Amino acid sequence: MITQVENPIVEIHDLTVSYDKKPVLWDVDLSLPKGHLIGIIGPNGAGKSTLIKSVMGLIPNSSGYIKLFDQDLSKVRGRISYVPQRETVDWDFPASVIDVVLMGRYGKLGLFKRPRKADIEVAMDCLRKVDMEAFKDRQISQLSGGQQQRVFLARALAQQADLYFMDEPFAGVDAATEKTIIKLLREMTERGNTVIVVHHDLQSVPQYFDWVIMLNMRLVASGPTESTFTSEILQETYGGKLTLLSEVGNLLKQGRFPSREQTEVKN
Amino acid sequence: MSNDLQIILAGSFVATACGLLGCYLILRKMAMVGDAISHAVLPGIVLAFLFTGSRDSVTMVIGAGIIGVLTTFLIEFFHKKGKLQTDASIGVTFTWLFAIGVILISVFAGKVDLDQDCVLYGEIAYVPIDLWITDAGTVMGPRVLYISGTVLLIILVFIATGYKELFLTTFDPAYATAVGISTVLWHYLLMGAVSITTVASFESVGAILVVALLIAPPATAYLLTEDLFKMMVLTTIIGVLVSVSGYYLAVATDGSIAGAMATMAGLFFGLAFLFSPTEGYLVKKFRKEKAVMH
Amino acid sequence: METFLDFFSFSDPNVRYVVLGSILITASSAIVGSFTFLKKKALVGDAVAHAVLPGVCLSFILYGEKNPLVLIIGAFTTGWIALTLIDFISSKSKIKEDTAIGLILSVFFGIGIFLLTIIQKSGNAAQSGLDQFLFGKAASLVGSDLITFGLVAVLLLVAVYLFFKEFTLISFDKDFAASVGLPIRAMELILTTLTVLAVVVGIQAVGVVLMAAMLITPAAAARFWTEKIKVMIWLAAIFGAFSGISGAYISYVAPSMPTGPWIVIVISSIAFFSFFFAPGRGIIQRLLTQKRIKKHIVDENILKALYQLGEEEKNFFDKRTIETILSKRTLRRDLLIKSLKRLKREGYLKHSDGLWFFTTEGKNKGQRVVKLHRLWEVYLIQYLRIAPDHVHDDADTIEHVLTPELEARLEKLLNYPSTDPHKSEIPYE
Ligand SMILES: Nc1ncnc2c1ncn2[C@@H]1O[C@H](COP(=O)(O)OP(=O)(O)O)[C@@H](O)[C@H]1O
Ligand SMILES: [Mg+2]
Repeated sequence: MITQVENPIVEIHDLTVSYDKKPVLWDVDLSLPKGHLIGIIGPNGAGKSTLIKSVMGLIPNSSGYIKLFDQDLSKVRGRISYVPQRETVDWDFPASVIDVVLMGRYGKLGLFKRPRKADIEVAMDCLRKVDMEAFKDRQISQLSGGQQQRVFLARALAQQADLYFMDEPFAGVDAATEKTIIKLLREMTERGNTVIVVHHDLQSVPQYFDWVIMLNMRLVASGPTESTFTSEILQETYGGKLTLLSEVGNLLKQGRFPSREQTEVKN
Repeated sequence: MSNDLQIILAGSFVATACGLLGCYLILRKMAMVGDAISHAVLPGIVLAFLFTGSRDSVTMVIGAGIIGVLTTFLIEFFHKKGKLQTDASIGVTFTWLFAIGVILISVFAGKVDLDQDCVLYGEIAYVPIDLWITDAGTVMGPRVLYISGTVLLIILVFIATGYKELFLTTFDPAYATAVGISTVLWHYLLMGAVSITTVASFESVGAILVVALLIAPPATAYLLTEDLFKMMVLTTIIGVLVSVSGYYLAVATDGSIAGAMATMAGLFFGLAFLFSPTEGYLVKKFRKEKAVMH
Repeated sequence: METFLDFFSFSDPNVRYVVLGSILITASSAIVGSFTFLKKKALVGDAVAHAVLPGVCLSFILYGEKNPLVLIIGAFTTGWIALTLIDFISSKSKIKEDTAIGLILSVFFGIGIFLLTIIQKSGNAAQSGLDQFLFGKAASLVGSDLITFGLVAVLLLVAVYLFFKEFTLISFDKDFAASVGLPIRAMELILTTLTVLAVVVGIQAVGVVLMAAMLITPAAAARFWTEKIKVMIWLAAIFGAFSGISGAYISYVAPSMPTGPWIVIVISSIAFFSFFFAPGRGIIQRLLTQKRIKKHIVDENILKALYQLGEEEKNFFDKRTIETILSKRTLRRDLLIKSLKRLKREGYLKHSDGLWFFTTEGKNKGQRVVKLHRLWEVYLIQYLRIAPDHVHDDADTIEHVLTPELEARLEKLLNYPSTDPHKSEIPYE
């Protein structure tokens, strides 16, 4: 059920991620092909955001490793872009739409340098792509949920990356916007970019994605949508929780056991 | 320069430096950490006094700056390693350090030219008579003006060079990390800047009222604009207004200047809270009623 | 020493008053503070403490003398206003709660200082001592002051006693409290009122500036010693009272010393001691536990290695050299030897002529670890769909974690498999 690929763009090897020693993702082992629109599917609390955050290096791994473009994250940060969940930031923040989109250029600019004209052009271009050009100087607090999401998307586009991770970019977005965005993402993958999207609406999965990752505390399946997005696997992903697994997780947390056997220094 | 002007200028420098950093503190939801640092630097100040025997030493700013960063570190240590909730961790840490500071002042009352009044509300009134005289005997003018001016300059340079990084790590720390900007580094740089500023402001307005200058002007500006840059400009203007109006209020009533400045800062906030064109409580209420009537 | 005896013989009626007063005052703030601590509103107490200063000054200005009752009323009023304003500002505007707290705290205190300096310069002789509200002065509590504050403290204690159950519930889980039909708003109102009252009396001991410590620190210290709320509150009260007496004593022997800061130093020391050394939650204890677990894991791994050697050679009780064990399990030699000695002491191994071998208990324990390892591998493959060549590392951890209860469930769930994915036999008793 877990299809591994040759020359993967993302390779996750035996990844376990814990919060406070309690694993929320167990032994995820997968590889993803280049140039696809990939969906991460799973119930609430399945660890979808955790998986992305861990790939982006935002939370430490308990064990395992991740390779992007066959390299370590630190070497390829500039080629990767990330769209966090919308609720993770304070939208009362005093910033305008263009301010936020320009943040996408910061990684490339380096320390102390101000965005230049070329950066502003890229940012404007990205706003145009998500149909938000008219809102350029609007304060972000005045945007609707869908518009906020599009601003985040534009910011990610402004990074001009090769690999995109997006955490629920369709949350709170109206149907028309969702169509626009999906079209945009399709175009990106056609140009050879890889886009990985956490998605909630099971109905649209077969239509949107050509590869899916099914997740619930562990990797249930990863592979081409036709062969992977089956009712049997859906059942397994959304069906019963693995209570034994959670209880073992709780034991790890309470006992504060070392996450792996770091105890034995090899000679 | 007249005495009035010197005091007002010192007050404005202090209020501006504090306010500019305060913008970031309140946007990061770290207002109370700022409060904690401003209390906690007290023992650092007293010790630096004791060892160097003077006020205007760089040692003092550096020493207290280190204690400020240490405070942040302690708060995080008790929170992370001790599993103590953040609010309690803040409360325990700063009261402890502040208590040590007050006791040190009492114990070394004879040796340290500092007293509890200074801790509580500073000595900004003495700015014009506390002069910087070089070894050669040249009178350079009020010492505090030099100190607060230098610190303001440092803060301006800090914010101007790190604007983009401060902006991003404040707005969206996860994204900042994802694009390779160190949130930890900027966190500690900001805390260091807050420490230096509170130490430098300490003599003028005392350890507690500096909090009013850290929080009230940016909070007022936050209600008046939705643009970070404008918020900082407004904060500066409000800081100067607080300094001017506070000074004259104090002169009129024969009260503490720093206390009057804090009072005015509160008044300006109250006005913005009620009447801000976009956010004002009364304005919003009025608009709602109008909408209902239509 | 002499002053110590003088003080603690309580022969001086003044000392008796002071000690009783300090205990009542500090203990009652610690008790009320425990609830604000549990509600994660500790810093709100700090704001209220600073906010009583303008109230004290205003009532002095209006009344013209330091009547304790009038001062209490003034302090209570502005304390309450501050609390209400914090709520109002953070709920009616985009200002966040921490900013509202810091704002109210510093502005109210600023107003207080402003008024205080005006009073001080007004030349009213009655004002002297007003500034004791800033840093507290336990030993100057005498006569009528003490009776007033003592009474308020008793009132506080009675109220907490009466509403103990309700306060516990709203501090612990407000939503649940609402769902069982508690009048949340009324209870919150009473608790806030008590908080303000606690601050008003507490500042007698430590002063406005450090009052936060009296509310937060005893509770924070007590939390490290117990999981039971009743015990926690008792402990907080005792810690608070102890620091209160210490403060009174310091005031007695060194009248020039500020009392409040000393009380805070005492209570902070108790808290730091608790953070580090309390059993269970303390930092040191947790480090020790981790170390113990690490040792435990090394031990189990050695038993496992010996068991596996036994499996290979079909003789579990053969004597093995250290080299043989090391060939099965790479490990630093000194750690191995320490662990072997530990295992011998515990009766799992025996030792003769430089050779080590199992006792029956040792074999059983090694067997259990091996069994758990293999069962977990089966579980990972069947339930987590992990490839057989990827399950080993995870099982190496989990084999040390599973409890007998989970072991039984795992066996049942997997239906007592006879072999693991690598075709090794799973040993049952
Ligand atoms: N910062 C955190 N601290 C502790 N637990 C967390 C944290 N973030 C997420 N979790 C837990 O980890 C699990 C996975 O969360 P998440 O990755 O956000 O799920 P998803 O995005 O699939 O809804 C959940 O059970 C959640 O409660
Ligand atoms: Mg999520």
